[in-house]
Order: sequence, then C-alpha cells, then structure tokens
Amino acid sequence: MAAAWRAEIVSGACSRGIRRKIREKISMENLLEIKHMRKAFDELEVLKDISLTVKKGEVVSVIGPSGSGKSTLLRCATLLEKMDGGSLSYLGETVCKPQQGDAGDSVYVSKKELKKFHRYFGLVFQNFNLFPHYSVLKNITDAPLRVAGIPKQEAQERARELLSQLGLEDKADAYPCQLSGGQQQRVSIARALALRPEILFFDEPTSALDPELTGEVLKVIRQLAQEHMTMIIVTHEMNFAKEVSDRIIFMENGLIQEEGTPEELFHSSKERVQEFIGKLSDG
Amino acid sequence: MQFGTVLLQLSKGLVVSVEIFFLTLLFSLPLGLVVAFGRMSKNAVVRTVTKVYISIMRGTPLMLQLIVVYFGPYYLFHVRISAAYRFIAVIIGFAVNYAAYFAEIYRGGIESMPKGQYEAAQVLGYSKMQTFFRIILPQVVKRILPSVTNEIITLVKDTSLAFVIAVAEMFTVAKQIAAAETTVVPLMIAGVYYYVFNLAVALAMERIEKHYRYYEG
Repeated sequence: MAAAWRAEIVSGACSRGIRRKIREKISMENLLEIKHMRKAFDELEVLKDISLTVKKGEVVSVIGPSGSGKSTLLRCATLLEKMDGGSLSYLGETVCKPQQGDAGDSVYVSKKELKKFHRYFGLVFQNFNLFPHYSVLKNITDAPLRVAGIPKQEAQERARELLSQLGLEDKADAYPCQLSGGQQQRVSIARALALRPEILFFDEPTSALDPELTGEVLKVIRQLAQEHMTMIIVTHEMNFAKEVSDRIIFMENGLIQEEGTPEELFHSSKERVQEFIGKLSDG
Repeated sequence: MQFGTVLLQLSKGLVVSVEIFFLTLLFSLPLGLVVAFGRMSKNAVVRTVTKVYISIMRGTPLMLQLIVVYFGPYYLFHVRISAAYRFIAVIIGFAVNYAAYFAEIYRGGIESMPKGQYEAAQVLGYSKMQTFFRIILPQVVKRILPSVTNEIITLVKDTSLAFVIAVAEMFTVAKQIAAAETTVVPLMIAGVYYYVFNLAVALAMERIEKHYRYYEG
C-alpha cells in the first residue's frame, strides 16, 4: 500500500487536480501575517527579514537547506521562540509588532492575551512529541478537556472521529510506544487537529520516518489539503511539496530567496534554487 | 532476659522506627520538590541559598544534624527542651536531610525530560502548572523511582541514628539490652528486623515500578 502512495506522490496528474480544487477555496482572509521578522541567537542571525502572508485554505511549503532558518520561522510563528524584530498577527489580531516603523524591535502583547493565540494554530513536530504516559485517546482529548474546556464526551467523540479519519480507529487505547513512527505522527496530527486550529504548522513531519512510513503521513497531509486545511509545511520532500502546495518558499541564510507556485519554483531562473531542488527531487 | 521479652522490646522499638520512617517520607518527599524548584530557580539568590542548603545537608553527618536540631533551640534561644521535642527533632532532622537528597533526584529527573514535551504542551495551550503536573511530573516519577528506592532503603537503616538523641527506636533498644545482658543477640535480631523491613520496602517499590511499566519512555 505504501508503494502505491509513493506512486501517487510522484504522479503529477493527480497533484494538479488537488491543487486546483484548493485554489478555489482560498479566501481573501489573511490567517497569518508576518512582516520583517528578525531573530538572532546571540551573535547568530537566523532570520534576517522574513515577510509572509498566508490566506485561509492555502498550503504553503517551506524548503531550503539545513540552517536556513525554516524551523526558527515556525518556532517564532508558534510562539515557542520570541522574535526580535518585525510583526506577527493571526486573523488580523496582533501578536507582536514594532513600537515604531515596520522592522523595529518586536513588542509582544501581554502574556494573558498571548494565551488565546494558541487556539489559532497547531504544530506537528518532527519527532512527534506525544505524551508517552497517555494513551492515544488521552493524548488527543487532554488538551481539549483541560485547555479548551470541551466536555469529555464531545472531546472523545471528536478524537474517535479524527482517529478513524486517519486510519487509527483501533489504536485509541494503545500507548505511543506501541505504535510505529508513522502511526505516532498521525496521532500527533490528530492531537493538533482536536483543538480545531485555523492553521496547522508542520516542522519536517516525515524527517524521522523511513520512506514507507513517510508515505502514510504524507497521505494524511494530502487529505487535509483536500479538506482545505490551511497549512505551512517545512519539508525536504520536494515532490510532495510540489504536489500539495499552492505556494513554495525557498529559504536560505535567513531570507526568503524565492517564492511562488510550484511551477514557478521548479522552473526558477535562480541557479541556487534549481541546484537545491535538483538535489532533492526524484532522487 | 527471656527471648520473648527481647523480641517484644525490639518490636516496640521497631514501631518507633517505622514511625520515623513514614513521617520522614511524608515530609521530605514534597519538601524535596520545593527544594528542587529552588535549586532550578531563575532567581540567583534562591538558587544559591538552596545550593548551600543541599551542600550542607549532604556534606555533614546526619547524626550531627540531629544533634543540632535537638540542642539548637537551647543554645540559640535558651528555650527549655521538652521531652516531646526529642521525637519532633528527629523528624525535622530527617525530613530536611532527606529533602536535600530527594531534591537532587527530582532535579535530575526533571532535567532529563526532553524539551519537546514542554514545547508540545505549550503549543497545545497548557499552562505552566498544567504542563508540570500533568505532563512532566508523572513521567519524572517513573524515571526517578529506582533512585528514590535506593534512598528510601537507606532511610530505613538511617532511622537507627535517632539513638544519638536517645529516641527509643529499635537500634537504641537493641543496644541497651545488649549492654545490660552482655550479648550481641539483640543486635542480630535487630539486624533481621531491618532486613525484613527493607524487604517489604523493596517489594512495595517494585510493585510501584511495575505499575509504571505500562508505557516506555
């Protein structure tokens, strides 16, 4: 079955169909707006000047070599790191912005106000980060119960619905250690979706998986794209990015070097972009 | 003295030892968590004070610490020491000493937790308190159980140090009988009692460890 998925990933015909469908659903609403984001760790400038707007229903892939700042971008957007300069907003609501100018030092809203933004996004980690002491079901229901205050029965129904969507209906009572990497990653996607985020971030969701398991996770992400989930995906899976994205961003040295539709990116006139994509595609 | 009488006397002593044991755990296990927080505090003053405290507790004999706790109030404040204070002093001495050891075990466990667990919880919107008590602490408990078992077994034997301020726990009683009757038999019996006590402790801890075996990680 995994082989079939791989074949699907590679086939271009299918991918164009998916993308067209998604395009029709992209609204004008800006879910995420990043302007002139800067971030340094001590002396090391990881993000120099990143601006990025994501509309509802859009699927954006972020590609680029290691150390280009892709993960830091995601970590700043998901409030795991505080950015140094520039502004960040979700659904038009400010998370942080410079006191003056567009690119000045970021000033965050109060801690209390920051809390609400966690409802707007979900993050899927490279190494899953499931809670090992909780069953699959509890991994998915605990945050809705404890954080969002959703009634137990509703949370469990939602969790079971997600599990069956992701092909894990028989794993509700299993513990993460009893699952394969691909299954664990699917649970972590379910965990993020349980809170009904507006936008879902993926930080190299398949980098810890072998090719066979990669397929089953990509299948789920593809499914989400078809359902018009807004997603930002940091990935090294070039063919997948090409197939599923509305827009691809190529990052290097803390800057967005190239941005456009998959066609534009894959036929970029920039030598560096070509070289990078060439190295990772098809293989 | 008859053998039966010796056993009875030692058993009475054992009750006192068991009391010291449980009361020490009751206070030192939670106190250790507070000390561990102090040791990991962002505040440099709190951190240093806790570090010095742990250093003294681990660096001086528990026997001496018991003496200080017992006689301290008299020498410092000229308070008359009541007989009841003897036992209280033992519990205070043991609790603050063991809290220091537990604190370091907790710290090791907490610091061994992968950062990803905190980050996953944070992104899901858990508060810091929820993250610690729901996600981190339960996993830490599993990780530190073997070290805690070690410490608890040491505590069983350490209860005999209460003899230094003349609390009639088992070892004190055994020594008194041994001296009066010029025989080492009571001490040997006390040894058997300690061993059986610890066997029970080890079995209990094993059960707890087994309970946590439902997951890996």
